[in-house]
Amino acid sequence: MITLKINGKEHEVDVDPTMPLLWVIRDIIGYTGTKFGCGKGLCGACMVLMDGNAVNSCQMPVSAMEGKEIITIEGKTENLQALQKSWAEFNVPQCGFCQSGQLITATSMLNNNPNPSEAEINGNMSRNICRCGTYTRIKGAIKHCVEQKNKS
Amino acid sequence: MEQIKNISRRGFLKGIGLASGGLILASTVYSFTSFDSEEEISSEFNPNLFVQLNADGTLILVASRSEMGQGVRTSLTSVIADEMEADWDKVMVKQATGDSKYGNQNTDGSKSVRLLFQKMRQMGATVKTVLITAAAKSWSVPAAECKAENHFIIHTSGKKIGFGDLVDLAKDLEVPEKVALKSPKDFKYIGKTLPSIDVVNLSNGSAVFGLDKRIPDMKYAAIKHCPVAHGTVKSFDKAAALKIQGVIEVVEVPKINKAFGPLGGIAVIATNTWAAFKGRDALAVEWENGTNASYNSENYMETITANVHKPGHVEKSVGSVDDAFSSANKSIEATYQLPHLAHAPMEVPNAVVSVSGDTCEVWAPVQSPQAARREVANFLNTDQSNVTINVTFLGGGFGRKAKPDFVVEATAISKAIGGPVQVVWSREDDIQHSYYHTVSAQYMKGALDSNGNVSGWLHRFAFPTIGSTFKAGSNLPQAWEARSAKDVPYDIPNMQIETGKADAHVRIGWLRSVINIPHGFAINVFADELAHEAGKDPLDFRLDLIGKDRLQETKDAYKYDTAKLKHVLKTAAKNAGYGKPLPEGHEIGLAVHYSFYSHIAAAVEVSVKDGQLKVHRVHMVVNCGTAINKDTIKAQMEGSVIFGMSLAFYGKITAKDGVIEQSNFHNYQMLRIKDAPEIHVEIVESNDKPTGVGEPGVPVIAPAIVNAIFKVTGKRYRSLPLSDHGLV
Repeated sequence: MITLKINGKEHEVDVDPTMPLLWVIRDIIGYTGTKFGCGKGLCGACMVLMDGNAVNSCQMPVSAMEGKEIITIEGKTENLQALQKSWAEFNVPQCGFCQSGQLITATSMLNNNPNPSEAEINGNMSRNICRCGTYTRIKGAIKHCVEQKNKS
Repeated sequence: MEQIKNISRRGFLKGIGLASGGLILASTVYSFTSFDSEEEISSEFNPNLFVQLNADGTLILVASRSEMGQGVRTSLTSVIADEMEADWDKVMVKQATGDSKYGNQNTDGSKSVRLLFQKMRQMGATVKTVLITAAAKSWSVPAAECKAENHFIIHTSGKKIGFGDLVDLAKDLEVPEKVALKSPKDFKYIGKTLPSIDVVNLSNGSAVFGLDKRIPDMKYAAIKHCPVAHGTVKSFDKAAALKIQGVIEVVEVPKINKAFGPLGGIAVIATNTWAAFKGRDALAVEWENGTNASYNSENYMETITANVHKPGHVEKSVGSVDDAFSSANKSIEATYQLPHLAHAPMEVPNAVVSVSGDTCEVWAPVQSPQAARREVANFLNTDQSNVTINVTFLGGGFGRKAKPDFVVEATAISKAIGGPVQVVWSREDDIQHSYYHTVSAQYMKGALDSNGNVSGWLHRFAFPTIGSTFKAGSNLPQAWEARSAKDVPYDIPNMQIETGKADAHVRIGWLRSVINIPHGFAINVFADELAHEAGKDPLDFRLDLIGKDRLQETKDAYKYDTAKLKHVLKTAAKNAGYGKPLPEGHEIGLAVHYSFYSHIAAAVEVSVKDGQLKVHRVHMVVNCGTAINKDTIKAQMEGSVIFGMSLAFYGKITAKDGVIEQSNFHNYQMLRIKDAPEIHVEIVESNDKPTGVGEPGVPVIAPAIVNAIFKVTGKRYRSLPLSDHGLV
């Protein structure tokens, strides 16, 4: 049995310890907001927050997740919710499939750096692929979110 | 369009998924024609367009087209809401199942709005008129004294009543035969900016894509396909796969030799996707690779290039190109080579299928739910009425999900194991077993007269045809695949379009903007080459080449308009600051293309520093007739720029001994945010019929980049991707 803490709730799972966190979240526990995109840590669709930092959940064996605080797109954190609001204002998603991962990566960036520069946004957000090409809106929404937070 | 009827008290609702109780108007739309048309015109009232207004004021509109990020659930429904003066916040969209009663649902060809705009307007106006009649009756006032405004009917005296409160009164009213449509100047949603109706659910993980569908007792399956297209299973050993924790069983998936038939292979069924993938990797399969094992991309490009360097099949001939070349002041020629592409939607192909006796229920991200229904019914040898196709959100489509082979795979597995299953392709499956965008060679020859005007134009191309997917052995382009070259809107007295032979060795399919990618590339780059040879400015030269104002000579209701084409090109150039001083080392390249009935131009500002290309800014100008949702159009143009840049920078699928050499995003790369340029979009104001938006922005991007690079470096890149030339 492995005990996972996801979105503040504990889950006991009995699975192959090498199973990546992604599949435990999606197929065993049943949160489907975290997406499968490539299975190789290349596209960022499967990003979750591990102790506040974005990781590719398709690359993280579940056995290494015990004692970690996992937040998925279904979770609630101040930065994630602020970004989601900004995402809606900029009407960012097209198909929307990659956006869970995009939002988690952006949340992680703001957790570590409340005022990212353009280059830092580019660097951090280049971990994620959007095939629909919503990049200009993602950038705009992140900058807007930072401005709003700095105002309040 | 058949007359709209009030069916609130009639038994049409079963199968639509609408609950009874509200005011429900329905109509039948018979205007769908396309490649995949399956409609049958019946003398019975068989409605396919529905509006339901409930007593609480909620308005339920049925979306019959698939949503894959192009915003159709928002744009089409907003047309009804606008005409009926509804409050957008009260609108709910219900996704239709796959059913021929909806007319053609094949969401491709950038045609949803084009086909349905007028019908949606009439439906909205009719609902509004019925509500006005109901209110006028209850107040005993003339209907002419009442108007609709933001979900209320208001009388000139000032009294008002909510739409929902009129439902009971309106239920028994006959609908008028003719209704007046709004004047475009009064549009409230059409031509404005509306956020996606799904934006919240698409940002919090709650939207259900095919991959997210879960039903009781569902198992997961991964399939090992033959590495070579159309190869077959010789033998397999499942022992190692069955040892994997979570693996339940292993079954063979039949190969069906049809356009949308499964490729065939060995499926591993498990309690979770991870176990299915691991089990699949553990399978030992011996394949009969078949004749496509001879497919090698380098040799193949040499073959089709040779085929365009000799006379081909003449598709079109105007004047005499031979005379033009023999009397030319100068002639130039160029050969363009573009590789296969894969769609690589972020959501891989997948489907949940539950076969139970004679019936079958499907949940899948499909662009063509009726094709899925037909293929599943054929496979099960049952009537289509026994098959329900629930359309989920699509995590990107780009043409891949118009081919439901993966749904038939899941059907075969569900039948074999006697229970529900979700088939999940890995990214490697997706990139290595796609319906690829075609690979092409194009030869162009142009003649310039003594004034530097183009007097002759020869365009000869060879590429494996999409027709080969439907009829094995087809090796010449179909008529529609030659159209974007034949109908080039240039004013040239002598023109010849020829096609050369090209055999298909993989499945060929349509990918966002399809054949306009190679044609748009060759035509736009060659026009730039001619301008250079003529010693003229590329913009002035191109405007002359398009020539005098005229409409396309065609029976089609839509015609290219050279005035519009010149206007978008000039506007893009002007918006980009073309001809004005630019930062050191920057240059602007131009391209303009007419496709899906839209006129679109791009002006792209690039630099090349230390041999590395940087795209700084892209200015897009689009004339797509009446703009329905400006924000959606803008988003589609932004997406087209990124899609076009991905294929220009990195897009290349190659085969060695029949096996696709790329497998995942490390060697089939996509543009990332760090390389995304500033994108500016201008939408030309127009009251003309709406035209395509999802695809026609793509073809102009790659040629505009190549033309800009030439201005910076003097080097002309006639093949893609640019990563092959070390530029990115």
